[in-house]
Amino acid sequence: MPKDGGIGTSPKRREDIRFLSGTGRYTDDINLHGQAHAVFVRSDVAHGRLNGIDTEAAAAMPGVIRVFTARDFEGCGGVPCGWQITSRDGSVMQEPKHPILAEGKVRHVGDPIAVVVAETLAQARDAAEAVMPDIEELPAVVDMKAAVAEGSEKVHDDLTSNLCYDWGLVEDNREAVDRAIKDAAHVTTLELVNNRMVANPMEPRVAVGDYAAHSDESTLYTTSQNPHVIRLLMGAFVLNIPEHKLRVVAPDVGGGFGTKIFHYAEEAFCTFAARALKRPVKWTSTRSEAFMSDAHGRDHVTKIELALDAENNFTALRTETYANMGAYLSTFAPSVPTWLHGTLMAGNYKTPLVYVNVKAVFTNTVPVDAYRGAGRPEATYQLERIVDKAARELGVSPIELRRQNFITEFPYQTPVAVEYDTGDYHATMDKLLEITDHAGFEARAEESKRNGKLRGFGIAHYIEACGIAPSNLVGQLGARAGLYESATVRVNATGSLSVMTGSHSHGQGHETTFAQVVAEMIGIDADQIDIVHGDTARTPMGMGTYGSRSIAVGGSAVVRAAEKVINKAKKIAAHLMEASEGDIELKDGQFTVAGTDKSVAWGDVTLAAYVPHNYPLEEIEPGLEETAFYDPANFTYPSGGYGCEVEVDPETGHVEVLGFAAADDFGNVVNPMIVEGQVHGGLAQGIGQALWENCVYDADGQLLSASYMDYAMPRSTDLPMFKVDHSCVTPCTHNPLGVKGCGEAGAIGSPPAVVNAVLDALNRGGHAVDHIDMPLSPARVWAAMEAARANMGAAQPAARAQETAGGRSVGTP
Amino acid sequence: MKIEMHVNGRPVSGEVEGRTLLVDFIRHDLRLTGTHVGCDTTQCGACTIHMDGAPVKSCSVLAVEAQGAQITTIEGMANADGSMSAMQQAFQDCHGLQCGYCTPGMVMAATALLKETPKPSEAEIRHYLEGNICRCTGYHNIVKAVQSASGQDVTPVAAE
Ligand code: FES
Ligand code: FES
Repeated sequence: MPKDGGIGTSPKRREDIRFLSGTGRYTDDINLHGQAHAVFVRSDVAHGRLNGIDTEAAAAMPGVIRVFTARDFEGCGGVPCGWQITSRDGSVMQEPKHPILAEGKVRHVGDPIAVVVAETLAQARDAAEAVMPDIEELPAVVDMKAAVAEGSEKVHDDLTSNLCYDWGLVEDNREAVDRAIKDAAHVTTLELVNNRMVANPMEPRVAVGDYAAHSDESTLYTTSQNPHVIRLLMGAFVLNIPEHKLRVVAPDVGGGFGTKIFHYAEEAFCTFAARALKRPVKWTSTRSEAFMSDAHGRDHVTKIELALDAENNFTALRTETYANMGAYLSTFAPSVPTWLHGTLMAGNYKTPLVYVNVKAVFTNTVPVDAYRGAGRPEATYQLERIVDKAARELGVSPIELRRQNFITEFPYQTPVAVEYDTGDYHATMDKLLEITDHAGFEARAEESKRNGKLRGFGIAHYIEACGIAPSNLVGQLGARAGLYESATVRVNATGSLSVMTGSHSHGQGHETTFAQVVAEMIGIDADQIDIVHGDTARTPMGMGTYGSRSIAVGGSAVVRAAEKVINKAKKIAAHLMEASEGDIELKDGQFTVAGTDKSVAWGDVTLAAYVPHNYPLEEIEPGLEETAFYDPANFTYPSGGYGCEVEVDPETGHVEVLGFAAADDFGNVVNPMIVEGQVHGGLAQGIGQALWENCVYDADGQLLSASYMDYAMPRSTDLPMFKVDHSCVTPCTHNPLGVKGCGEAGAIGSPPAVVNAVLDALNRGGHAVDHIDMPLSPARVWAAMEAARANMGAAQPAARAQETAGGRSVGTP
Repeated sequence: MKIEMHVNGRPVSGEVEGRTLLVDFIRHDLRLTGTHVGCDTTQCGACTIHMDGAPVKSCSVLAVEAQGAQITTIEGMANADGSMSAMQQAFQDCHGLQCGYCTPGMVMAATALLKETPKPSEAEIRHYLEGNICRCTGYHNIVKAVQSASGQDVTPVAAE
């Protein structure tokens, strides 16, 4: 049994007290003395030449301090991109400038043109209305395939085309894959769209810039998942502020889901304006602004082909994906459809040959970057859809087809660069079938039929790669950053301690889980341990939280730093007890000498470290504080089986999710309660993507889904109670906790399970529908049923449920 | 315009423009920042407070409309001895919050539900909270928190 509050138990979250009492401190809760307010003037057209901006009337309005335009940023850099991709032909990606405020052209609805800074928010808003940009509208580039066709209008005049890069993995496999597909006994082909998502953390982005003239120091308070990354990018590449004169604080952050990883123009603006005006400047995004300025997610159009031999073994897989970058390259945008997507295309299967091609395309839309899962949901969706389609075409069980092709031996070197350390996919499949009561499904389907409904069951099996690493490898892959994590453990004289982590919590509960880990290692109460995060002035240089990396990478750094502290403390204890260091044991906060009854308490040793009267000064320094930087040897590979049961109303096409179950292998688990919560949230987002959420542009590049009235967020009435299980455990072999990460799994595994369930329901009901693109709105499901009825009897293997692919993932509300 | 009201049992007053929203008066003038703003179309419920005993989205009310009203915000939800209310405690016990941003609005709405329906079913809870969006929890543990606060048995968290 794990100890109370130790690793593997579920103590209540300590951070909840402030969130529940209204004393949380989010960025918008910060108001600095003398603060002015910034309001951005944004483009309302998708593409246009910016011939001038008349700011005179606005500048004369009450309370206006200054109106900023691009001209004020001469001498500053653009918003930088943190990852460079190399194309198949060896050329580096095309990388356009991303100015703080539009220069010469506007390139998406929401592109910032000018900023009004005024005494009050209301005055800034009023004056923003009076800023008059002179924009000559140009044809908008929206459709990805049209964007890369000869003669297309260009988003960036100084680039050769709208193609950012054309990437292949693994290029050397290409011919072998082509041959295997040509020679296969059966090939299943599918064209699909991974719909554009808006991350929509409930807290909109906020930035407060401050400047202290006496020390020439700038401080930025911002809604970020990684304050050190913002400090580095903004200080070194945009504003030329040395890092030691720049502090970035990300206090309580109300959800991130990826979209708060990136460095945004508004952060640089507020920092810059505070220096220029010598007073604090605050910007708070409205939700409407968030829809047109937060980086979006997904938006891939893919053709995938799966080759099988006569015994239904997968022999080869080939994909071609068009990935939307939007108008500019957001911080990690180029990595998402490539290294975070291509490397996952083996999935859980021992397909010997895989080739992935990705063409990244500029369009006149909001930049697209990582959203919960980032590349891995796109890979999983393709794979788990095509395996289901293959099973239907071959008339075999989708469960058995998966099982037959599962990887069973580990470590497993995939044909797409990564090596899985551990996993047991049959175990998670068995567990899934158990918790979904799969055996009872047919009876439930009969019951639905009697009620005039179509019931279906869909599964998906996923592999995830978390904690992307090691740094020297990601450097070779084009990352312009390292991907280690840091921790400092500072022990106080009386034995309490602060753990300063480079990870950042914006809902994940690190203040509880990281304390659990350290409390267990030392054997003291978690109340003695404070977790400090989110402030570059108080934590060592860290990379922040994304990619389900916090416990696997940040947690490992905490373990390493605590080990260093414990090792030093043992030396001190050995001195105090006049014993040899090798005989010292630490348990329950007591140091003992093996084989004796001698002991000394944790607090006595920490006191000796800071009051070193009786102390081995000739051997070790006083004090007890250690820092560790942990750079993992490999990614971690959580995996799992997800099952969804739906009922479709054949009259309306409405889909109801009756049940959803997840059987995950996260390796060891520190706090089961928190892990389950992470899965619940991921499931809601994945089910949301499959059934409701859709970011829609029209052909002119107008954003049609720019509020909660048009963008369907999953609500309490839409979702069932979930069944989640994490009892299948194959610990990670290369980190000290044996943990794998759990933050994104729910969003990765659920979309294909939902879509497979709906298609199962339709096919059981006699509607021969082989695919519907997400979101599976009633209109789309109903149209697919109608189309299938019209095609009845005709052999149309390629019959499409509706107009979807064609290069545009958006435009069909 | 001068307005006066009671907030969390204390009389307050302030000078506002006609267009000032109640939520802005609460957050900016009274500095009670527990009430949050998550949207600009009155869709998310992060700003839910109690006005004269009823749950209200404070972004959809002008400050002047609250003239003379009894307002309760999340800061006024604790028991008299400072401990958390049953609903607040249930949210912690059931892990009904992650980032905490939707949480004050959720607690205010859920507390109002139990006044109307002391022992709500799962469906009643989900229906009542439909106007409160949470992006983190998938609602599962929020539903359990409300059931628990209403004295109904719920499976302990992490033991399902
Ligand atoms: S802020 Fe009031 S409903 Fe969203
Ligand atoms: S807890 Fe984050 S939005 Fe609900």
